[in-house]
Amino acid sequence: MKFVTSISTLTAVLIASVANADSHCADGKTLNDGKLTIATGNPAYYPWVMDDSPESGQGFEAAVAYAVANAMGFENDDVVWVRSSFDEAIQPGPKNFDMNMQQYSITAERDEVVDFSDPYYTAPMAVLVSPGATDTNPTMESLKGLKWGAVGSTTAVAKLQNVIKPEQELLLYGDNADVNAAMSANQIDAALFDLPTALFLSAVMIEGSKVIGQFAADESDNPDNFGMLMEDGNPLKPCVDEALAELKGNGALAAIEATWLQDTTGVPLIK
Amino acid sequence: MAKSRRSEYDAAQKRRSIAIASASTIFVVLALIILVPMTPGWEKVQKSFFNTAVLYKSFPKLMEAFKVNVMIFAWSAPAIAVLGLLVALARSVHSPALFPLKVFSAIFTDVFRGVPVILTVYLIGFGIPGLGLPRPWNSPYIWGSVALVLTYSAYVAEIFRSGIESVHKSQRAAALSLGLTEQQAMRDVVLPQAVRNVMPSQMNMLIALQKDVSLLSFIGPVEIFRQAGVFKSLLANFTPYVGAALIFLAITVPATRYADYLMARQNRERQ
Amino acid sequence: MMYKLQLNNVVKTFGENIICDRINISARSGELVCLIGASGAGKSTLLRCINLLETIDDGEIILDGQDIAEPGLDPQPIRAKVGIVFQSFNLFPHMDAISNVMLAPRRVHKKTRAQLLEEITGLFERFGLKDQMYKYPDQLSGGQQQRVAIVRALAMKPEVMLLDEITSALDPQLVGEVLEVLFTLKDEGMTILMATHEMNFAKKAADKICFLKNGQVLEEGTPDWIFGPDAKQETKSFLSSF
Repeated sequence: MKFVTSISTLTAVLIASVANADSHCADGKTLNDGKLTIATGNPAYYPWVMDDSPESGQGFEAAVAYAVANAMGFENDDVVWVRSSFDEAIQPGPKNFDMNMQQYSITAERDEVVDFSDPYYTAPMAVLVSPGATDTNPTMESLKGLKWGAVGSTTAVAKLQNVIKPEQELLLYGDNADVNAAMSANQIDAALFDLPTALFLSAVMIEGSKVIGQFAADESDNPDNFGMLMEDGNPLKPCVDEALAELKGNGALAAIEATWLQDTTGVPLIK
Repeated sequence: MAKSRRSEYDAAQKRRSIAIASASTIFVVLALIILVPMTPGWEKVQKSFFNTAVLYKSFPKLMEAFKVNVMIFAWSAPAIAVLGLLVALARSVHSPALFPLKVFSAIFTDVFRGVPVILTVYLIGFGIPGLGLPRPWNSPYIWGSVALVLTYSAYVAEIFRSGIESVHKSQRAAALSLGLTEQQAMRDVVLPQAVRNVMPSQMNMLIALQKDVSLLSFIGPVEIFRQAGVFKSLLANFTPYVGAALIFLAITVPATRYADYLMARQNRERQ
Repeated sequence: MMYKLQLNNVVKTFGENIICDRINISARSGELVCLIGASGAGKSTLLRCINLLETIDDGEIILDGQDIAEPGLDPQPIRAKVGIVFQSFNLFPHMDAISNVMLAPRRVHKKTRAQLLEEITGLFERFGLKDQMYKYPDQLSGGQQQRVAIVRALAMKPEVMLLDEITSALDPQLVGEVLEVLFTLKDEGMTILMATHEMNFAKKAADKICFLKNGQVLEEGTPDWIFGPDAKQETKSFLSSF
């Protein structure tokens, strides 16, 4: 942990020193002058945020948030965290955050109602199976025969319905916790999550479960690109995009990814 | 002479009240139609909640999903009626030998009316299958329905019980004094009157049940509420929920009117 | 000679209160016995005890030689033999008159509607209720309802009829039609025990009158005796208010 902490701190300091030099694109465009208000989920899950405390800067999204904030000229103390649900993000009307980071996939329909930053991560989808199905082959054929569950509000649903097309009816749930419960109760064999979440769930939440395969990130109709969600027409967007471009250009973003999402290699591709 | 003076006065009064009612209704409706779209956020709200394009897109699948609701309702409602009646009868026994039955019934109604339905749905829907039942016996359809039936039976039982108690005890006395047994007195004399007395309240319960079927969406089944949620996430739009509401109303309103009609007809036949 | 109905030292208490205090009453077959007394004197309670709607605390109730108040007996078959009519009619409002009457014979005597129809129609006719057979209780006058209640009790062919102030809730002009029925019953040989305030009727129709006060039979005798000059002072002062 200490090693990891120092890496992200180092990264943040690197960026801050670069950013502080120029004028601040974000001036006057945030909810509260001089402060950047970022929303995350309630609770915020590992490995995106550690211990449900984004203020620590620990976790992939927390780290990226601070990196982008610094790149836009905000000190760490200027970052204010709030919690929100998915619904609050897409309801019409003013938001109580400048940006919302909780593994939102960028889709065309959503883009009509809100604005997304450029992607900060491309998430492969991975298959998590229950202890009873761990010897399933990572092939499309085998996947069709499993009983599938998914979180209803995610792009996993579209992938299941359009790509995998399982033989048995889907069961859909409100959040990850309920999918876990269903898997533990042996009501479903398999569920689809983004790879880091799948690995976390397998390691910690459901004993005996296994991530048997992942889909290549650019496969099928909609690769899952995570973007920061903002109010429609938010003038902050170009500043955020500029900051992200900077982080991508100097390798900081990749470094953060390597730090927090390093376990994502070694999972076979679904054939 | 007096008759026509009175009827003239009554007619004038009636005309006046109709005029006032119509005028005020028109005024309120006009106010809504004119003033609401003038609010600054109306366009966004309309796009988000009353979007006809989204409604068309989501409607077919919502209707599909509604079949699940109808199905669950169709097998739960009779079970609730039967179990509710049994529990109410258990609570109403007079014989001292059957006292434990009375106590059990009281505990049953206390517990299942006291615990929030959603909690019961979770506990039974995930908990009992989690004990290790094989498929298909661990299906969320079965155990979710069990949770609904247990909960609603408790309410229905209490309504039946109050109905039974509302029948004057002289009815039971008269029945017994003719030589009927306790069971015959209950079945032929008390219960018919009790049920008739509480029919309106039970109709209310039936309508509440139609909506609470949606609680099963939390444990997997893709009924209309869950399907609307999937659309909401996919399209970042709340109109699917409005669509679901319309479908509900299309069923519950005629159902209520039909129930009212049956009751009125029953009362009329008795004259 | 055996009495049809005999009450020996019947005691009934409710908590601290003694409602029936060692009551002794007897009725021969075919006799009409009137119970008179102020409200609260224990008349209603006594009748409900005979019908086993209440259990007595002490004493015997002997019907046709059998002590029906013996603890542990199943009251149901006994109640089928003892008819009772209440002050407030207690007809079943969700059934028409004929169904009210047929219910108990169908359930207890296991007869079908078809089997009962002729007999029950005859009963209705005999008591002037032919046109009321298919009406509901709330469509009938008080007098009609009470007569239907009497028919309902009679349909079970009871050994004895208990009548608990059956005219007290009726409008004065309807009392007559109900009392007429009682004359018919008496003529047919029914043993009747009735609590009543109708003194003229008691004087005319009763074979025996029992005056109850504070749960005890203060005096009993023929109508001539009870209404005559030799009755007890308390009896006379009670009757003087009528």
